[in-house]
Amino acid sequence: MRFPNHSWQTWIVLPFAGLLAFLFASMNGVPSAPPPYGTLSGGVAIALVLISTLAANYTSNRLLEAVFLFAGAHGAAFFLLAGIKGHEGTAGPAYYLLLASAWLLAWRCVTILSGRRATARPMSIALRLIIPAIFGAWILIIWEAVTRGAGIPFILLPPPSAIGARIANSLPILGSDVRQTIFKAVLIGYVVGNLAGFVVAILADRVPFLRRGLLPIGNMVSALPIIGVAPIMVMWFGFDWPSKAAVVIIMTFFPMLVNTVAGLAASGHMERDLMRTYASGYWPTLLKLRLPAAMPFIFNALKINSTLALIGAIVAEFFGTPVVGMGFRISTEVGRMNIDMVWAEIAVAALAGSVFYGVVALIERAVTFWHPSVRGG
Amino acid sequence: MDSFRSKIFPVTAILAGVVVLWYVFAVILNAPFQRDLDSRANETPGVVEFVGKTLAQPKPTLPAPHQVAVNFFENTFLRSVTSNRSLVYNAWVTLSSTLLGFAFGTALGIVIAVGIVHVATLDRSLMPWIIASQTIPILAVAPMIIVVLAAVGITGLIPKALISTYLSFFPVAVGMVKGLRSPELMHLDLMHTYNASRSQTFWKLRVPASVPFLFTSMKVAVAASLVGAIVGELPTGAVAGIGAKLLAGAYYSQTVDIWSALVAGSIVAALLVMVVGIAGRLVDRAMGGRPA
Repeated sequence: MRFPNHSWQTWIVLPFAGLLAFLFASMNGVPSAPPPYGTLSGGVAIALVLISTLAANYTSNRLLEAVFLFAGAHGAAFFLLAGIKGHEGTAGPAYYLLLASAWLLAWRCVTILSGRRATARPMSIALRLIIPAIFGAWILIIWEAVTRGAGIPFILLPPPSAIGARIANSLPILGSDVRQTIFKAVLIGYVVGNLAGFVVAILADRVPFLRRGLLPIGNMVSALPIIGVAPIMVMWFGFDWPSKAAVVIIMTFFPMLVNTVAGLAASGHMERDLMRTYASGYWPTLLKLRLPAAMPFIFNALKINSTLALIGAIVAEFFGTPVVGMGFRISTEVGRMNIDMVWAEIAVAALAGSVFYGVVALIERAVTFWHPSVRGG
Repeated sequence: MDSFRSKIFPVTAILAGVVVLWYVFAVILNAPFQRDLDSRANETPGVVEFVGKTLAQPKPTLPAPHQVAVNFFENTFLRSVTSNRSLVYNAWVTLSSTLLGFAFGTALGIVIAVGIVHVATLDRSLMPWIIASQTIPILAVAPMIIVVLAAVGITGLIPKALISTYLSFFPVAVGMVKGLRSPELMHLDLMHTYNASRSQTFWKLRVPASVPFLFTSMKVAVAASLVGAIVGELPTGAVAGIGAKLLAGAYYSQTVDIWSALVAGSIVAALLVMVVGIAGRLVDRAMGGRPA
């Protein structure tokens, strides 16, 4: 046999795939054999692994090899998961061997892709998206395959497909939770907290005494477990969203303050001297030079705060809410052992957090277009 | 020492201002309830007596600083350390899971960072997820981890430590990747001219270069793992720990207890960050770093 492409992954997979194919053929017709034996999809999965491994080994084109491996690994995973349906918790060793083989093929595929130096820009962007996407997909595939293959109790860890179904079935509930927690508590608290931090930072900039006193305090506060004020805020402002917004305000205030003060000191002496030669006063200098120069710092705070705000609002809801909200749903559904609903809520929170962060990052690119990190120096 | 003195006066002045404001707000916020009490008892106290009463309520809306201080002192120094009302005991419960989680998290973060720096596949597939995971409100998972692990029979220290691990390994991983990559091309080329092997470059160049980054991110991580431990104590039905104290205080409206638990948590946090900072400086000095 002549292999133009050597990779340890395919060297491992090939004998196992052959063994699996042999066992599958010999187990054919044996009643009550554990999956993947005895099912058509199991056979298809084994065949896909075998064929794609061989095909990948005999092609000399790297990209074609990656395509074969991609198709083989994911096709095998698809048929493997299709075959376990109705036989949950009965998977034999061959099932995991097949899963591991498919995973190794996907690994080889990612290795090839990450070794490629794309020259064209769209190609490089596509690669930057595909590689982590395959990694994420395999976390989900292994999660799904193991939970269903081993029959892990639903309460312990529901498979991703069940979580997806749960999300699709409870869109109205999830929607009202998002409205309560994110559109009321998080957004209002985020805006007010950041504005307050910003205004105090400008004040501290005008009064050096205030700056020297506030900055060490602000730095120290960032290490404290501020989230602990949540029960106090709930007592003061009631169960509804204002108490959560208050927690968010307190949590977002200090990062904004510290970063803005640091940012206002970021403009260079030369530029400030230039503004002086133009006879510009404090406010024109602030607006035209120092605030634009501080923008990278301010957006850093806005990004940190986007995560902090969500955490603050959700955890504050653990201390008492009206019967709606993401934190409320998480804590009550945990109590009722509806773990799939909890996962659904966490998935929505993760999505909301990423979107929130993404929006802030996009605005940052538009505002700080002059910064080297955006221009791509 | 001059910068120290120029800082210490403004800081104390602002802290004093905060305490004064605190007293003012304590009077304002507690006044309605006190007025209500007085009108029921048919009393018309003078201004001084009224202010004194607002600052001495058993369950005030905003406890005055001295009430918190007294409560903190009683629960820290006067109670036996084994009593479950002692703040020392509760702080220790939280601290132990914080430290366990922090140790796990730091180790995990370093291992992941070493993997990312040395394996291109991991760099391109795992790193985007680590960065994306920073944008996710991970803390929301805390109650589920606690309850699910309790359902399997794992209770006590481990579930809380797991949450702390989860929260603390991200900053360490990201910081260490930055640190292990911080040697300049010049230095790497120098190692190359010495014919240094990969592991020699790693131990003699990358690791020493990454130490300052490690300690900076460990400061963030230790604060995060304390928050994780406190939040991890919320859904367990309040057994022990600072989070449990907060929850119990919220249930029974023991505001003074909540505030002194907060003070205890803050002191623990400040101590942890300080210890990591001092350890960082000692290691830096032992490695021959010059004070900047």
